[in-house]
Amino acid sequence: MIGLEVRPEPSRLAGWLSPLAAAAATLLIGFVVFSLLGKDPLDAFHAFFVKPIDSVYGVSELLLKASPLMLIATGLAIGYRANVWNIGAEGQLLVGAIAGGGLALAFHDSSSPLLLPAMLAAGALGGMAWAAIPAFLRTRFNANEILVSLMLVYVAGHLLSWLVHGPWRDPEGFNFPQSKLFHDAALLPALILGTRVNVGLLVALAVVAAGYVFIRKSLLGFQMRVAGLAPAAANYAGISSRRTIWIGMLVGGACAGIAGIQEAAGPVGQLLPTLSPGYGFAAIIVAFVGRLHPIGIAFASLLLSLLYLGGESAQLNLGLPSAVTGLFQGTLLFCLLAADVFIHYRLRRARAVVPAQPSEAA
Amino acid sequence: MSPKGRPEGESAPKRVSAEGSPVSPDRKPRLALHGITKVYPSVVANDGISLDVLPGEIHAVLGENGAGKSTLMKVIYGVVKPDAGTIEWEGAIVEIGNPARARRLGIGMVFQHFSLFETLTVAENIALALESSRVGYDLPDRIREVSSRYGLPLEPDRHVHTMSVGERQRVEIVRCLLQNPRLLIMDEPTSVLTPQAVESLFETLETLAHEGVSILYISHKLDEIRALCHRATVLRAGRVTGECDPRQETSASLARMMIGGDLPRPMHREARVGAVRLAIDHLTVPSADPFGTTLNEVSLDVHDGEIVGIAGVSGNGQQELMAVLSGERIVPDASAIRLDDAPIGHENAAERRMRGLAFVPEERLGRGAVPDMSLAENALLTAHRQGMVTRGFVRDDAVRDFAAATIGEFAVKAGGPDAAARSLSGGNLQKYIVGREIRQHPRVLVVSQPTWGVDVGASAQIRQALIDLRDQGVAVLVVSEELDELFEICDRLAVIAQGRLSHAKPVAATNPEEIGQLMAGTFIAEGATSERHFSPAGALGLDPGPGR
Repeated sequence: MIGLEVRPEPSRLAGWLSPLAAAAATLLIGFVVFSLLGKDPLDAFHAFFVKPIDSVYGVSELLLKASPLMLIATGLAIGYRANVWNIGAEGQLLVGAIAGGGLALAFHDSSSPLLLPAMLAAGALGGMAWAAIPAFLRTRFNANEILVSLMLVYVAGHLLSWLVHGPWRDPEGFNFPQSKLFHDAALLPALILGTRVNVGLLVALAVVAAGYVFIRKSLLGFQMRVAGLAPAAANYAGISSRRTIWIGMLVGGACAGIAGIQEAAGPVGQLLPTLSPGYGFAAIIVAFVGRLHPIGIAFASLLLSLLYLGGESAQLNLGLPSAVTGLFQGTLLFCLLAADVFIHYRLRRARAVVPAQPSEAA
Repeated sequence: MSPKGRPEGESAPKRVSAEGSPVSPDRKPRLALHGITKVYPSVVANDGISLDVLPGEIHAVLGENGAGKSTLMKVIYGVVKPDAGTIEWEGAIVEIGNPARARRLGIGMVFQHFSLFETLTVAENIALALESSRVGYDLPDRIREVSSRYGLPLEPDRHVHTMSVGERQRVEIVRCLLQNPRLLIMDEPTSVLTPQAVESLFETLETLAHEGVSILYISHKLDEIRALCHRATVLRAGRVTGECDPRQETSASLARMMIGGDLPRPMHREARVGAVRLAIDHLTVPSADPFGTTLNEVSLDVHDGEIVGIAGVSGNGQQELMAVLSGERIVPDASAIRLDDAPIGHENAAERRMRGLAFVPEERLGRGAVPDMSLAENALLTAHRQGMVTRGFVRDDAVRDFAAATIGEFAVKAGGPDAAARSLSGGNLQKYIVGREIRQHPRVLVVSQPTWGVDVGASAQIRQALIDLRDQGVAVLVVSEELDELFEICDRLAVIAQGRLSHAKPVAATNPEEIGQLMAGTFIAEGATSERHFSPAGALGLDPGPGR
């Protein structure tokens, strides 16, 4: 008999190994899935994980997609560590894009160098405003922030959709639901010529670094961690739970909002209903695969970005459905949660109880 | 002692046959344990323990917290499987796989922490625990019959949430008795009782023993064991360190067997009482929890340089009072709690700490300390104003220095500032938390259950630290359920019952019997009046030394 036994202390080694074990298990499951679909698994793996990044352009695309993921995930991790469960980053991303994009459209003819920073600020404010709704309802009425933030995702989606179908629709856009293309002054400059990767990556890396300093070095970051680990201890130390909720939600909203405007002002260049391929949700996976630690998040965002690219590549090269990307994302999170069991537990062969031995006891 | 061999104590067990005890030497043991061993990942909880219990014997299992008493009882009750050793029940080797099997054999257990549903009645709670064949329409009558036979008055239709802790314990005992046990295990039964309730419990247990029921009585209270038990097995660090007739022993000799040394006595100098530091003034707080206690017109002054104790049976408002004093719960009437005459009722715990009010809560893990954080990080939790933060950023070296100094000064046994709080024993973590609060130089220290679950040595250190703090002129308020402790360290004592607080009396002017009566709520009928006209200087001119 094999059983689970509580470890005397959580294992640090298991904490580091768990994401790797989860990645390995995901590959194994992928192997089975590809085989069942009648594809040669090795070909499929090549198409999925190697082909997308075997060129400079491929690597630049990897970084392009990793930027919003690490940006959003860092913001979410600060809240998650404090048990503030913002599930609605996708909606905050869209509202950030609307706020920043609205600015770009309002000053469509401007060539001011201030336009881009103003758009980023507007994006952050837009995301924060959207995140403030669940924060207010939670602190005022104790409404569950998971549900409220999630439902607001769909509200934000419809808001964007209404704008690009209606007031913000490009008059010369052949009636497609999309805004005018942003002018150059409203577009993020490229980092490497000939690729789409832009200064948004630097913003994302700066946020990751700031997130690390905040979590590890600041008193506020420490207090947020306490609030997540032991709410009664936080109350005992006089750490305000309202402040914790507000900071957790607003930081996540700001990061998602910046990610949103960086998509609109980056690779997309306009406002579209399909602006985000679900970055706000994928970032939740990134945050957990990265152990809610900014450096781990930076690596995890590369992994999830590779899954996006691999999914596209698998569609093109193998004719697999696009759902395979979501399948891999889900499998990865599932395996991670399973592997995390071994941080607090270890396998143990259950020892049989020494049976009664009457000869000795008599 | 090899776990498989028969230990010495077993070959020629002392048969006690004192007056009033039905034990006779020719009786076979009802229960005999041979070499019980249970190993947990980090500790050997039971190491080759052997003991036997005769029919009609009240057998004490004595030991400090962590000595392995609870594990041993769980083995007997089938909750925990031993790694080695055998259990003999009425002469036959048995394997007790689960509590249901234990109950079928005739083993009943009354746990330290009750398992009753507050929203159900007494009869409903009892019916839930009985096998379905034993539950019938006559259950209320049987409850009345059993409860009156053993002097445990109970009303079957009462809801549990309306009952005192002592009454709840009766429900647990009656529930056991309805199953006609031949062995009754009592785990620290008196920790929640007033002295008077303890006496009536002892009468019940003696009646049961006369009828031939064996009783395993687990405790660390030496006086009780000497008063009640026929035989005692002493455990230390998972091993049997002695077997004796407690009526022939002194508390000191029992303590030596239990802790392997003499009990330390605290130094207690005369109090030099100063001005009122902390004032509680007609504090009334409705309970947040439907089954909690409402604080009703609580008034108390704590002066510089004195220790004021609050006694009481648990669940009479202590937790509620501590939460509003610490600032974990804010009260609408800010001036009901004043520090240096400034109203602080509206301030949270951090704001009160800035004014010099420190607090040690009863729960160490999860409230006083974050279990998964290091001792250094747990210093930062409340002591960050001690130069640990510049411009919002934490100075790691200052945090570690503070933690290391606390560990050194208060003799905390820990791996160092990086050890996780959860890796410390209860006593060591409590020393660390008390040390952390004291080293912030508070002007008022409020301590809840300072030595709950703490071993004797660490308890003595903590009490001495509180006395030293008082001698430095700090106002100290201690809430405890251990009367001995309160009489040992306090200058004045008040009693909390049903959310009301009695007058605080100088310790020298009262005694445990009087406090015990107050704990039962006798003062409430007269009306709890304010103690604001009390003059500490006059009253404390009396010798404030320990009551006994």
